[in-house]
Amino acid sequence: MASGMLFAMLLMNKAVAGTFMPEQGTDIARQIDDLYGFLIIVSFISCAILIGGMIYFAMKYKRKSANDKTAYITHDTRLEVLWSVIPLIIFLLVFAWGWIIFHDMRTMPKNALEIQVTAKQWAWVAEYKNGVRSSEIVVPVNKDVKILLASEDVLHSFYVPSFRIKQDAVPGRYTAVWFNATKLGEFYVFCTELCGTSHSSMVTKLKVVSQADFDKWLITESEVGLLPIAQRGAKYFQTRACASCHNVNDAVVKVGPSLYQRWGKASVQSDGSKVIFDENHVRESILLPQANISAGFAKPSPMPSFQGQLSESELAAIIEYIKGLN
Amino acid sequence: MGQHSSGKNYINEEPGLLSWFGTLDHKRIALLYFVTVMFFFLIGGIMALLLRLELFAPNVTQNVGQILKNGDVYNQVLTYHGAMMVFMVIIPGIPAILGNFFLPLQLGAKDVAFPRLNLLSWYVFMTGAALAICTFFSTKVDTGWTFYTPYSIRTNGAVVMMVLAAFIMGMSSILTGLNFIVTVHKLRAPGMTMFRIPLFVWAIYSTAILQVLATPVLAITLLLLAMERVFGIGIFDPKLGGDPVLFQHFFWFYSHPAVYIMILPAMGVISEIITTHAKKTIFGYTAIAFSSIGIALVSFFVWGHHMFVSGQSELAGIVFSFITMLVGVPTAIKMFNWLATLYKGSIQFTAPMLYALGFLFLFAIGGVTGIILAVTAVDVHFHDTYFVVAHFHYVMVGGTLMAIMGGFFHWFPKMFGKVYNELGAQLSWVFIFVGFNVTFFPQFILGAKGMPRRYFDYIPEYEQLNKISTIGSWLITIGFLIGLYTMIQALRKGAKAADNPWGSKTLEWQTSSPPIMHNFDHEPTVTAGPYEYK
Repeated sequence: MASGMLFAMLLMNKAVAGTFMPEQGTDIARQIDDLYGFLIIVSFISCAILIGGMIYFAMKYKRKSANDKTAYITHDTRLEVLWSVIPLIIFLLVFAWGWIIFHDMRTMPKNALEIQVTAKQWAWVAEYKNGVRSSEIVVPVNKDVKILLASEDVLHSFYVPSFRIKQDAVPGRYTAVWFNATKLGEFYVFCTELCGTSHSSMVTKLKVVSQADFDKWLITESEVGLLPIAQRGAKYFQTRACASCHNVNDAVVKVGPSLYQRWGKASVQSDGSKVIFDENHVRESILLPQANISAGFAKPSPMPSFQGQLSESELAAIIEYIKGLN
Repeated sequence: MGQHSSGKNYINEEPGLLSWFGTLDHKRIALLYFVTVMFFFLIGGIMALLLRLELFAPNVTQNVGQILKNGDVYNQVLTYHGAMMVFMVIIPGIPAILGNFFLPLQLGAKDVAFPRLNLLSWYVFMTGAALAICTFFSTKVDTGWTFYTPYSIRTNGAVVMMVLAAFIMGMSSILTGLNFIVTVHKLRAPGMTMFRIPLFVWAIYSTAILQVLATPVLAITLLLLAMERVFGIGIFDPKLGGDPVLFQHFFWFYSHPAVYIMILPAMGVISEIITTHAKKTIFGYTAIAFSSIGIALVSFFVWGHHMFVSGQSELAGIVFSFITMLVGVPTAIKMFNWLATLYKGSIQFTAPMLYALGFLFLFAIGGVTGIILAVTAVDVHFHDTYFVVAHFHYVMVGGTLMAIMGGFFHWFPKMFGKVYNELGAQLSWVFIFVGFNVTFFPQFILGAKGMPRRYFDYIPEYEQLNKISTIGSWLITIGFLIGLYTMIQALRKGAKAADNPWGSKTLEWQTSSPPIMHNFDHEPTVTAGPYEYK
């Protein structure tokens, strides 16, 4: 009978695994969902016993008169041992099961494609071995990929729900996480460690493409340096996370001022003075954000300084891009 | 008993509002806590409503569906909601209100061991609370109640003042715990052996041990954080040579036991309500008492389960996962013992009993999801998502707040000598219980689908479940308002309560309602256990 029950549970498990979970993008995700399905079934049975028992007893032993006599039962050693040992066995079982998968998740595969991902307020930047920098993470399908995580400022956490992986990016040290994507497509990457103003917009896409498309993408991206200066600026605007706070499509304000059709016009500062939105104004705003705060925006500004992080050529490209927004 | 004739009790014996602020009576101090904690609960609740309102719809553009001004304001509101509910409502809630009132009464004592220290605890608590509220009028804190470094070191918020406030409130918590431990050991009435004390006392006693042992670690951590911010000493910030993960270890070394500071007293309340309203002796007194102590001790060694993805080693993750499984066992024991207590009882569906049954329902769900989260591989997916938010609200609100409400109604006739309107109290339960499930059950699903917590905005596919959750929060609000109205009406117009309206066997019901100043006319002598319903 016990084996029959076990078999029934395993069958149910297949049905329950993955309930409410995002698409399974990796084999690890499938393994975790199987364990999760088992946990859901055991949890459901436990709750049914506890809550069902409670409701049954409450109905059956409802008070009939104020003089009801109740049974005087102080304890029952056999029962107590039973309901201590059975939960313990289940707990140890799921602990061990979890451990086996966790060990796989934490053991970095050899010969994996390594991508350095740096988290900063509020963007992800992926850097590939050939020097390509990208705000979206592009990886080939069916290949072990190791993400080496670092943070430029505060704690962030790299979370891909469809891959069931998550790892904090800790300033001052490297952490790592790996996956082997089995499905083509686009998947969300979320930041799951509170990191300030735009924590909830620190979202990017992880694109799984075929090996051929991946190779092509790497080459196209590496030719960014040969692009016209404004197009290069548009790239940097994405990879340097400018886009997560500044709108460029219309005048709607995201976190910082919109840059749409601002070039060459007068800009009112928080102290009431006016400045012309020109090369030097933009340069200073990027390198020393606290020096120029537009009227109506938070003081001090949540914008991090880019002093020392952008080369002159990169800065010039971004400025050229902003010019073109008129 | 003779005390009826004089008409004097602890409420009217010393006249005037001022007498309350210098009182050394444990019952009056309990009421001081009652009023202040309820006030903070109201504020924390309004914050929660604001958060839910903001999440009613995603911010498609910046102007539609937006209640709070921006992500900063949202982060501030979630910080104050969390910090106030944890440090100013749930931690002091049961021990400082119900514990203060009923620990001496249940032991047959005149007061706690150190009445003056007891009053001082309230003043210390209020000082900390005032300081915390001051930060609200300074630069608001936006770190979340966890103050994770290095964000808490770099943000502009008044983190130092807030941390100092938590430090001071922690001090109050230590003093209260110390007072209770000594009271339990030294002031038991003749014949009240350790195995005749009610289970509520066991729970408060276990909690007190945690308060005394764990809180100093929080104090040290917060002090280090303040020193780092003020003097730039590198402890947690890598820019100064520190380690941010160290902060998490320190923080959770306190804050995980603190979770049990919040839930153990609730478990004590449930044991009292169930035995009384089922007129049934408790099943497995010793098992429940020792599981309280067991939970208290083991809870010191599980803090790392908050840190499976923090960069802590795989081995540490495994060890903490294992110990967390062990702490699940005494919790399961308690659940089964309460269930067995209902068996062949005489169950009366009073408001306190409904709250206690509601506790069992919600705590069962909170408990099993706790086990799910303790499984390393699965937690990697659920960590810092709404699954965790749902889990700890099921335990803390579904558990502790249900127990607080149940406890208030259970002991209301004793505390105030008035009868409350049963219908009003039951109606409040219906709204809170249903509203709670509508609010928080969808959050399990949101978490499974991957929605991270502390998000000001979310991708459109999470919208529907967020809407349901927000509507639930309005139901909970209605429930609490009905509960509050019922209590106020009872205080104003309630009929005089009998000394022992529920027919309970514990000592607090053997004196008048409300009790006289020194609790008992004559020191009671105890000859039997607390739940001798034969």
